[in-house]
Amino acid sequence: MTVTERQQLSYIAAQAADARVNLEIETEGMTLNIGPQHPATHGTLRIVAKLDGEQVVSADPVMGYMHRGYEKLAEVRTYPQVTTLINRIDWLGSFANEVPFILAAERLMGIEAPPRAQWIRTILFELSRIANITLFLGDMAVQVGAITPVFFAFRDREHVLNQIEAATGGRFHPNFDRIGGLKDDLPAGWVAETRQAMRKIRGFCDEIEELVQGNEIFQARTRGIGVIPPDVGLSYGLSGANIRASGVDWDVRRDSPCGLVHDQVDWKVWTHPDGDSFARFWVRLQETREATRIVDQLLDDIPPGPIMAKVPVIIKVPAGEAYVETENPLGVMGYYVVSKGDLNPFRVKIRSASFSNVSITPWLLKGVYVPDIITILGSLYFILGDIDR
Amino acid sequence: MGLVESGKVPKPLSTLLNMSRKYSLWVYQWGLACCAIEMGAAFGSPRYDVMRLGVIPLPASPRQADLVVISGTVTDKMAPSVRRLYEQMPDPKYVISMGSCANCGGPYWDSYSVTKGVDQIVPVDVYVPGCPPRPEALLEGIVMLQERIQNEDMGERWRGEPIVID
Repeated sequence: MTVTERQQLSYIAAQAADARVNLEIETEGMTLNIGPQHPATHGTLRIVAKLDGEQVVSADPVMGYMHRGYEKLAEVRTYPQVTTLINRIDWLGSFANEVPFILAAERLMGIEAPPRAQWIRTILFELSRIANITLFLGDMAVQVGAITPVFFAFRDREHVLNQIEAATGGRFHPNFDRIGGLKDDLPAGWVAETRQAMRKIRGFCDEIEELVQGNEIFQARTRGIGVIPPDVGLSYGLSGANIRASGVDWDVRRDSPCGLVHDQVDWKVWTHPDGDSFARFWVRLQETREATRIVDQLLDDIPPGPIMAKVPVIIKVPAGEAYVETENPLGVMGYYVVSKGDLNPFRVKIRSASFSNVSITPWLLKGVYVPDIITILGSLYFILGDIDR
Repeated sequence: MGLVESGKVPKPLSTLLNMSRKYSLWVYQWGLACCAIEMGAAFGSPRYDVMRLGVIPLPASPRQADLVVISGTVTDKMAPSVRRLYEQMPDPKYVISMGSCANCGGPYWDSYSVTKGVDQIVPVDVYVPGCPPRPEALLEGIVMLQERIQNEDMGERWRGEPIVID
């Protein structure tokens, strides 16, 4: 079904619901309110769906239940303090949030982190991606009614969290990235333990592949559901695995790398031609495996040397503007930092992936059945802190 | 339960009832932000299995819950829903506020949209500090709440009087 046909159909359905032209089987329109607290919304997204029978006529996301005012707060914090805040935007892959902001500040100051810091940064970046997506892999099964995989996800996620905690001191919010490098060096024995954790994560991926992806019910619930054509996805600003599942071969890590060393290792960008919920799950599963491969290769040869460049004690960023984006677990995340030469940024604009990813829901949910709302929302995989900021 | 309403519960009976209540807590998970994931790890993961403490974390609705764990940032937009949830729960009901945001606003202490402390909206029994607290911290909070339930006078609680602990 093409886009125009789909829009026509939903238009007809809307007309039918409004004018009640169908006199033989008259169905009452109904408003279904999902959220603001619902497991499928990963937090506090609210979706107001107007239904015609079992079909969705229109679905409007209501946002702002988790709006914490990051952009305004960043204006009254100093540069090192800002990382404490922005850790908590995408709370599953916290370290990945810090990286683009720090890179933007470094670009303004004209500092480059030493190679060792860049490598460890990239390793932690990928570890936070794994910590993020493992939970999705378990959670997606919950959205279609299987409870068990989420227990596996929580079990194996702990291995990665242990490694992040061992290196940074924080399970969730490391606050480890500094302008010009990292806070500390890696502890002794960390490399070997991380390798072991990566092995366990690969085992988890195999398990999920057999348990969830190969499951007949899971396939029936996700194949052909919530299809996003590539042109529509791009026009809504989708990024990350959501757009790669529609067949668009676009990954910021490979296409416009800055500050991270993904170009030093051999890895692959996975795409899927279908664009449905299953494809989004499949791409994320492959990405988790690929991330473990990236981490393994990076662990092989971490360069020796300092982990901190020469940075003044009181950090004043020279006047200027910088925009840096990276491929975060949820998609492209960018920070536009405007500095006037003060201790704190003049303005920080945060481009977060989930906000764009969720903005497609009014289009995507039009005409689907009610149980599929949950599957589609689950497969889009957004995090509320990342939407509302 | 005329005895309870009049406040004259014999000590052995009160001990027995309190013990049965403390080991059959149904917890409603009101996960809002980062802490929700740590709460999920405490309640849903094999490592921090919460059911061994006599806590059942999966009620279908707040109407079946004895305890609500409010975990994460409560914004001004969310606050009415939190209050409404609390009012839907049957008495006697308990609240655990998990994480710095729910306790006092946390890192958003100067934000324009965050409610500085969920205790402005609902009475809180146990505060669990941390940003986010580790799952063990939440389990510790639940154990503290169970101690409190064991020692409380049901008559006072069921009449809705605030409990004072020294």
